[in-house]
Amino acid sequence: MKALCWYGKNDVRVATVPDPHILNPRDAIIKITTTAICGSDLHLYDGYIPTMEPGDILGHENMGEVVEVGSAVKNLRVGDRVVVPFTIACGQCFFCQKQLWSCCDNSNPNAWMAEKLYGYSPSGLFGYSHMLGGYAGGQAEYLRVPFADVGPVTIPDGIEDEKVVFLSDIFPTGYMAAENCDIEPGDTVAIWGCGPVGQFAIKSAWMLGAARVIAIDQVLERLALARREGQAETLNFDDKDIFDALTEMTGGRGPDRCIDAVGMEAHGTSPDALLDRVKAAAFLATDRPHVLRQAIHACRKGGTVSVPGVYGGVVDKLPMGAVVNKALTIKSGQTHMHRYMRPLLARIQKGEIDPSFIITHRLRLEDAPQGYEMFRYKHDNCIKVVLKPHDSVVPRPRSFSQ
Amino acid sequence: MWGRVGGDALDLACLGAALTSDDARPDRIVAAMAAVAGVTALDVLCSQQLSQRAPQSRHVESSVAINRAPADLYRFWRDFQNLPRFMPHLRSVQVDTGQRSHWVAQGPAGTTVAWDAEIIDDRPDALIAWRSLAGADVDQAGSVRFEEAPGGRGTFVRVCMEYYPPGGALGTVVATLFGEEPGQHIQEDLRRFKQLMETGETATTAGQPSARP
Repeated sequence: MKALCWYGKNDVRVATVPDPHILNPRDAIIKITTTAICGSDLHLYDGYIPTMEPGDILGHENMGEVVEVGSAVKNLRVGDRVVVPFTIACGQCFFCQKQLWSCCDNSNPNAWMAEKLYGYSPSGLFGYSHMLGGYAGGQAEYLRVPFADVGPVTIPDGIEDEKVVFLSDIFPTGYMAAENCDIEPGDTVAIWGCGPVGQFAIKSAWMLGAARVIAIDQVLERLALARREGQAETLNFDDKDIFDALTEMTGGRGPDRCIDAVGMEAHGTSPDALLDRVKAAAFLATDRPHVLRQAIHACRKGGTVSVPGVYGGVVDKLPMGAVVNKALTIKSGQTHMHRYMRPLLARIQKGEIDPSFIITHRLRLEDAPQGYEMFRYKHDNCIKVVLKPHDSVVPRPRSFSQ
Repeated sequence: MWGRVGGDALDLACLGAALTSDDARPDRIVAAMAAVAGVTALDVLCSQQLSQRAPQSRHVESSVAINRAPADLYRFWRDFQNLPRFMPHLRSVQVDTGQRSHWVAQGPAGTTVAWDAEIIDDRPDALIAWRSLAGADVDQAGSVRFEEAPGGRGTFVRVCMEYYPPGGALGTVVATLFGEEPGQHIQEDLRRFKQLMETGETATTAGQPSARP
């Protein structure tokens, strides 16, 4: 089959690889009908995530059609349409039973690697480094899905792929980010980052009762989308000092709930952001937490900072004094996917939200490397790329003709 | 013990240096040196004898929390033929009689290591202890305990093993079996035991596609 493979920093290519097959009784194989490039794939593309190996297949936002099931999978049938969560969870360990699905004890075959870095290992993920399982991803024609009796959610006919594919990661991730805020009536929620997760966090903050949502970015089309689709007020950090603007907008109190939907590769030209770049380049720190610092600084006393943005290793100069003395709560985590997929599918079916609003580009799998480049550098107003591995009629964008 | 001998030598050197001091009392210092020399002789003798003995045993311990009742875990482990399912270096375990069993483990490059073992303690749902019999390739003894975790949160499984690494070529085989870092293999074995008991399978990516040759 064809698959999008990682070869190194800024180097992804489509290669011909063997087809996957069932390795364990609870596996299933799905034929990928729609998959997507995630913002967190860009951390791999930029070489920020350790324990990648050349030849790894990427892709963790997957859906498709079941073509084979293992002997222990009783709830799926060949031909079922399913969305696959990006976190792999067994359903039977202490953590799965506490609904902490992304902390599953049993799905990471390389748990010892993660234990060295994190103390204990989180769940395995599709296509996201050997430390987090080394599982082949789904930016490919076919995907092996472990614990297929627990993860994949069956999608009824009559609802197209593009409305449900983001149940695989970014819609639940934005939703959990907002839920982690513990929004109270009257609350103002400030969201750093208007990429796909930020856009879903905006929508979710309204669903969970926010009185006001303020979205922060520098990319004009993303700010426009946050205003148009998300009904958010927006701030461009190129134009304004964000702390001053948030303070002014909230009568000197600060936003009640702050969401860092940016993560480890924050942009910015402030002194701390520039120092972070130097340190990361010199391997003195791994992550650049400029947004996290700003969110902690701006958050009102007794407020909550929710972190769906991905951090991988060690951050420097985190203002713990502000956390303690302002009595802040920080909540984070890879998304506990299995908790949210069915309730959010129900919201889509009821017409409360159509997640396809973020898609800007539809590409063939063969064009995925250009998709990465376009998404990385935000060319052609790119916000979200979906890939159609089996669809030969997807047109090539005009910008790819050269 | 050889460290003690080194310490004695230092003491003697200090006392020797003290002899050259202007306000030294040579008679006292010489008496002290004689006493330390006596201790040094004893330490050297003791160190030599210890060095000639068989290699020291290695002790490894590891534990894991499993979301199952002690009885389930005991039952699975007590049937030794199940062990190769989560200890991949074991090729087979054959139970001869109720207490005795024959073990064959995989070494590097097709070699094998074999031993007979007997159960020396067996408390249903709580503990199994064993040791190898005379003539084993690897002299060893071990136990596994199954303790109910507080608050009804499954079972703590604790393994203790003591083994005597042989020298020579066999030593290399045994080092591969038990890992460079003692305890590392047993910890991975316990992780697979947990996976098998909680999920019915062990997590793997062996055999999945990639663009590597």
